[in-house]
Amino acid sequence: MNRYLFSAFAAGLIFGIGLLVSGMANPAKVLAFLDLAGAWDPSLALVMGGAVAVGLVAFTLAGRRTVTLLGTPMELPARRDIDRPLVLGSLGFGIGWGLAGFCPGPALVALGAAETKAAVFVLAMVAGMGLHGLIEGRKGADG
Amino acid sequence: MTIDWSAFTPWSALAGGVLIGLAAAMLILLNGRIAGISGILAGVLRPGDGGRTWRLAFLLGLLLAPWVWGLASTMPAIRIDADYPLLIAAGLLVGISTRYGAGCTSGHGVCGISRLSPRSLLATMLFMASGFATVYVARHLLGV
Repeated sequence: MNRYLFSAFAAGLIFGIGLLVSGMANPAKVLAFLDLAGAWDPSLALVMGGAVAVGLVAFTLAGRRTVTLLGTPMELPARRDIDRPLVLGSLGFGIGWGLAGFCPGPALVALGAAETKAAVFVLAMVAGMGLHGLIEGRKGADG
Repeated sequence: MTIDWSAFTPWSALAGGVLIGLAAAMLILLNGRIAGISGILAGVLRPGDGGRTWRLAFLLGLLLAPWVWGLASTMPAIRIDADYPLLIAAGLLVGISTRYGAGCTSGHGVCGISRLSPRSLLATMLFMASGFATVYVARHLLGV
């Protein structure tokens, strides 16, 4: 396995362990975080805090480079426009997240933990992505 | 607002968050790519797209995370209360919406905010707001 693929694999592994350890991969905990009017569990705000604290340093460094530490192109998103798909898509995503307590990463981690319900969610999510592809043609964007 | 202090797990949440940040740092500094899970998954599904192998490698790591963590420690709880119809509806909505919105909690929430991207800041505020609103309607208005 070359270094480029190994680092992508290791990043995925560490990301997944982070989701597990933090509680993000537990839909019951996610819903308790989203339930401001109930018995609110604020823990997951700290996940974002911890991740962004590290991310700010990393992306500041990345923004000063045109190639990565492995010599491949630095591919930072360039878009800065606010458009309708961004707004409606983000609102729709929040509704789906609030319905089951799963967002894409945690659902994949729970699938890896052999949770049948996560497998059903992931299949539906993939179908939803396919639906977008059918409606919009193949002009998919990175996110 | 009542805070459920008995459920509050600040240290594991912070430690997990730091790991997520480190993973995103690795992927941008070594691979030059954004750790946005919905974008990576969609990129694997898109036929004829370049860059499929690094995405598959990343997803493989994500899927193996519970297994690797299980070798070293006890598995954290994963409790899924939603029934199958709700999981299917939620999955479809998350799938199609994250493509229109070009990102999710990882791509916009973690990486985008770290880049101070105005698109991602807005996206994160919107999906947080609609997530809070959805749980409020489901639990406190409909009583599901």
